[in-house]
Amino acid sequence: MSDVQDRPANMTRNIPAPAVTIESKPFWDAATEGRFLIKRCTACGEAHWYPRALCPFCFSDETVWEESPGEGVIYSYSVMQRSPSGPYAIGYVTLKEGPAVLTNFVDVAPDGLSIGQKVKVKFQPTENGPPVPVFAPA
Amino acid sequence: MSIKGKAYIVGAYEHPLRDAPDKSTPQLHAECAKGALEDAGLSKDDIDGYFCAGDAPGFGAMSMIDYMGLRNVRHMDSTETGGSSYLLHVGHAAQAIAEGKCKVALVTLAGRPRQNKGGWGGGAGKPGQLTDGPPEAGYENIYGGSTHNTYGMCAMRHMHEYGTTSEQLAWIKVAASHHAQYNPNAFLKDVVTVEQVVNSRMISDPLHLLDCCVVTDGGGALIVTTPEIARSLNRPKVKVMGAGESPKGPMGGRNLDLTHSGAVWSGPIAFGEAGVTPADIKYASIYDSFTITVLMQLEDLGFCKKGEGGKFVADGNLISGVGKLPFNTDGGGLCNNHPTNRGGITKVIEAVRQLRGEAHPKVQVPNCDIALAHGTGGSLGTRHGAATLIMEREA
Repeated sequence: MSDVQDRPANMTRNIPAPAVTIESKPFWDAATEGRFLIKRCTACGEAHWYPRALCPFCFSDETVWEESPGEGVIYSYSVMQRSPSGPYAIGYVTLKEGPAVLTNFVDVAPDGLSIGQKVKVKFQPTENGPPVPVFAPA
Repeated sequence: MSIKGKAYIVGAYEHPLRDAPDKSTPQLHAECAKGALEDAGLSKDDIDGYFCAGDAPGFGAMSMIDYMGLRNVRHMDSTETGGSSYLLHVGHAAQAIAEGKCKVALVTLAGRPRQNKGGWGGGAGKPGQLTDGPPEAGYENIYGGSTHNTYGMCAMRHMHEYGTTSEQLAWIKVAASHHAQYNPNAFLKDVVTVEQVVNSRMISDPLHLLDCCVVTDGGGALIVTTPEIARSLNRPKVKVMGAGESPKGPMGGRNLDLTHSGAVWSGPIAFGEAGVTPADIKYASIYDSFTITVLMQLEDLGFCKKGEGGKFVADGNLISGVGKLPFNTDGGGLCNNHPTNRGGITKVIEAVRQLRGEAHPKVQVPNCDIALAHGTGGSLGTRHGAATLIMEREA
């Protein structure tokens, strides 16, 4: 038996189409083009997640979309074992820009995750909706 | 006490739009808040009370507090009475201010009925259709989050930062099971061991099946009254001494910290009002949706230092008659009851039993004169509301 067969399979999870609002539409339009956007406030300079029209730190309405390479490290995670479609991992990524992002981890085995691990965004297709950001080991 | 003359309306703002196709409902709430703050000459971080009704999308007041980053809120009210809600809210805000529960209260209303012919539902719409639900929904609800795996993330991070172990968490379940064996109504009555907990099947790591609370039907009720009526009744008197509350959420994702809960704010408020300290508490009802919930809240309430919860709960320290802090002597949510997935009321009920001396004799705390009940609602891993209540038996 080969090593490949002995190792647990990489996790995958069907992700439903996200609810898109008038406020989040630019994010999902960019996602369709494979671009990962965050928001930054031009008044206080802070980046935040999830993206908002008003800065959650200084309440300025001068927030702008910014393309992010989607690089960061795992803040924490948990692998859900009780799933009819197999184990999947939820967790937070602390982006290089600062904010923490809730996501799923893919292209990794259930025992292949650790806090502090470097990860990078990729987009996973959804049925009848825009692709959604997920993170994989960098 | 009356609210007469105890509170003033200092900011008022009506949004200029009558047709808002280009703004979300959360955005309209926030723009109204910003307008009222500017009218008053105050800033967002001055707000320590938040009031909203059914038009505010999301989870009670939690979603809008998190969206707006209202990090100093210590009083929340989402009473819903339709269009009259906001007048009630002014009255409730005046009560809260008169009592010192908050100093600057924000009331918001907003919506877009012209854009959402059927109202907002919160879920994904038809393909290509825009929705207008909770602000976090599109960015979070797609990832299969549940209480199990979002609390799992908290436990994972706590273990990473403080070296907390599964065996230490298991002691919380063990203590609850020791109490549940004496409760004839408990859903689970068998005493379990640390080994049984850590060897039960993994649900969402590092939380095992026996780290999770039960799922039960049922319910509870409470009656609160005046000192005069309480004295007229033929029942032991349980006096409310202090209460504190707080929201917590990622609030923009900066400096995310999943190892503490809103109890770090609600606890000191309640202790301060009651004029007691954790050392005075003879019995504690601690929300136990999961073992990690208990451990984090015990730390945050000051029963032990941050990061030392694992040592604190080990070796039976939470078992009545054995340890220093008897907790959840009904068996708690972990063994007894978690009716309709909301355990807060049973936390108060068991504290009342203890203060009355009406708990089961095998778990009754001797001379139980001061008790604490604490609850967490929502998810410690995303956004939640915390509430602490301190009660005293009056001779």
